[in-house]
Amino acid sequence: MATLVHSNPQAAEEVNYLNVEHGWKSWLLTTDHKRIAILYLISITLMFFVGGTFAVLFRINLLSPEGIFSAETYNRLFSMHGIIMVFFFLVPSIPATLANFFIPIMIGAKDLAFPRINLLSWYIYIVGAVLALYAVVRGGVDTGWTFYTPYSSTYSNSYVLAAAFGVFVAGFSSILTGLNFIVTVHKMRAPGMTWSRLPLFVWANYATGLIQVLGTPVLAITLLLLAFERIAKVGIFDPRIGGDPILFQHLFWFYSHPAVYIMILPGMGVISEIVSCFARKRIFGYNFIAFSSMAIAVLSFVVWGHHMFLTGESMYTAVSFSLLSMMVAVPSAIKVFNWTATMYKGSVSFDTPMLYAFGFIGLFTIGGLTGLYLASLGTDIATHGTYFIVAHFHYVMVGGMVMAFMGGLHFWWPKMTGRMYSESWSKFAALLVFVGFNLTFFPQFILGYLGMPRRYHAYPPEFQVLNVLSTAGASVLGVGYLIPMIYFAYSLRKGPKAGPNPWGAAGLEWQIQSPPTTFNFDETPTVKEEAYNYGPLEEIVG
Amino acid sequence: MAELAHADDAAIADPSLRHHFANSAQQLDAAMLGMWTFLITEVLFFGGMFTAYAIYRTIYSEAFASTSHYMNVILGGTNTAVLICSSLSMAMAVRSAQLSRYKTVVISLILTMIFGTVFLVVKYFEYSEKWREGLIPGIKFDTVNYHVPQYAHEAQILFFLYFAMTGMHALHMIVGLGLLTYLVVKARQKAFNASYYTPVEMIGLYWHFVDVVWIFLFPLLYLIGNRGPH
Repeated sequence: MATLVHSNPQAAEEVNYLNVEHGWKSWLLTTDHKRIAILYLISITLMFFVGGTFAVLFRINLLSPEGIFSAETYNRLFSMHGIIMVFFFLVPSIPATLANFFIPIMIGAKDLAFPRINLLSWYIYIVGAVLALYAVVRGGVDTGWTFYTPYSSTYSNSYVLAAAFGVFVAGFSSILTGLNFIVTVHKMRAPGMTWSRLPLFVWANYATGLIQVLGTPVLAITLLLLAFERIAKVGIFDPRIGGDPILFQHLFWFYSHPAVYIMILPGMGVISEIVSCFARKRIFGYNFIAFSSMAIAVLSFVVWGHHMFLTGESMYTAVSFSLLSMMVAVPSAIKVFNWTATMYKGSVSFDTPMLYAFGFIGLFTIGGLTGLYLASLGTDIATHGTYFIVAHFHYVMVGGMVMAFMGGLHFWWPKMTGRMYSESWSKFAALLVFVGFNLTFFPQFILGYLGMPRRYHAYPPEFQVLNVLSTAGASVLGVGYLIPMIYFAYSLRKGPKAGPNPWGAAGLEWQIQSPPTTFNFDETPTVKEEAYNYGPLEEIVG
Repeated sequence: MAELAHADDAAIADPSLRHHFANSAQQLDAAMLGMWTFLITEVLFFGGMFTAYAIYRTIYSEAFASTSHYMNVILGGTNTAVLICSSLSMAMAVRSAQLSRYKTVVISLILTMIFGTVFLVVKYFEYSEKWREGLIPGIKFDTVNYHVPQYAHEAQILFFLYFAMTGMHALHMIVGLGLLTYLVVKARQKAFNASYYTPVEMIGLYWHFVDVVWIFLFPLLYLIGNRGPH
């Protein structure tokens, strides 16, 4: 393999999707799924750091019990953090970037089924992001990311309309991405790429696509009804005319609970790829993992009521939702057990993507198991609205999804850019992220258990030690996220050439050049084997 | 493009085939599945409002029945008939495209647009009637002098849903008219024939969907009251 940096004239002239055209027009008018994925990657990274900045600010506020900012400012900080991180980073994170880039390649297609709709979805995302940032610049929103009525519709004097409309618009970008994936997986598979040979990453994103398509429209209409109500000053969520604010919560969570699976399923797909590659073993229980993704997608639509155990729900409804919520643990556990079983007696190596995968499995397990605490009615009454909840969903979304996103980015970076990044720096950063994450959020489990409520700018002095620990962890975590920015940027110019398959991985994406050409394959491949056909490392690389 | 075209034999003949599809059948299949998936998202979009309607109608059934009297059944019924006719002409457009009858495609599409416009004009008169009578919740609603004082509050919920649901429906009609304009322009250039009629078929599906939404809206909003003297 030509892994050296020296300028091989032939290698330098190799045409790929990055150097085939130049200039801003070739990017802004592209229909190449790989270039659109890069556009998304840049956009969501910017939004990630915007959302992260808010987190830094409110973590600084929580260093002292009386707080630094006013209660109003604090409310706006955590609301904008949530809105930007959920709708503008986590929801599009893996689907719009890694999946957009790799689904067509993994199934042997030249592009997604609707390349122009794919580009349109990016523009829609940008419009939504601009609206949300407009709300930020004008002074922000203070409703929390959940926009609960009647506060959001009647009482809040912040920029609810701009932010809600931004989320509404961004939702359509998500719908179009999901729709594109569903049609692509159904109709664009190469000859021989049967459903049971699909990489599990494709299965996971297919399941995600179903949720995006079925859930997001409900959020859209809910936010629209909220906007109408805010404009007209009365509406169907307004108790003064007999409306029910809890109906808003039902409609909101009908989308937003499935949406947390939009924010974890693609990550699970990434982990399946990484674990199998770095354990050098065929994935254990392929069918179970594939169908557990579908099971999670289905179950995700019947658990929303567990957000309303305390806000008004009949006992029988609550019991049903409690049981259904616990059922989600079954397919989730199937995945964790299968990843572990894949590693058992495998030749496990500890490259950076695998470090993130280890982090994911551990942190997701904690996040998932604490989810069971919260699905139990009795425990939820004690922990509802405390930092326990905050810690729980950060373990799933940051410890899970962001870890998987980083793992996937490190796994496929050589394929996307053709360059390797610094191994030692990337391992160091992965370690920092893991340590920083736990230091940030584990104290919050304890804080929540001790009864510290979320969304307050001040707290009793006895909680200070744990809050200072959490803020210290957040600083480490922040550094852990900034270091990859530097070595990734450095690798683009100075990184050693990666070659087509630096990890010796199976899968169609590793059989083409790095970076790929615009149409991925010179000839449509014919697939003759199962996914994850791994043998010992020597056979493939040597 | 050139080097791709000879990779797929089918690609040589058909200019409407895009580069990433193996053949026209795959392209049509993908387009149809995409459209049906999109319509499912539309069902869920309207589904949110239908859910709210179902819940409030159960809680405030008397108030809803009383409020339904304020809906203009004549105009609503006319519009229902107009939309059913538009669905027929749309179906004719799709069929004519499949049979390469260029002239009939254009005529049917224009007919569909006329029906769609009539619907919107009638809707405009209905809305302005509501405005004159002060039946627009929040913006112009006279709670004090409402004709059925005991329902002055709950009535606003139905009126709110009426405007939200028919308003969203009308918005879809306007989008549909825009799409039909595009089809008419293309159809006049004889772009659609037996081997390529995907856009007509897809926009046809959309148009039928919007009509079906109205078929549900009409009875739920206009016909739920006891139509005896009150």
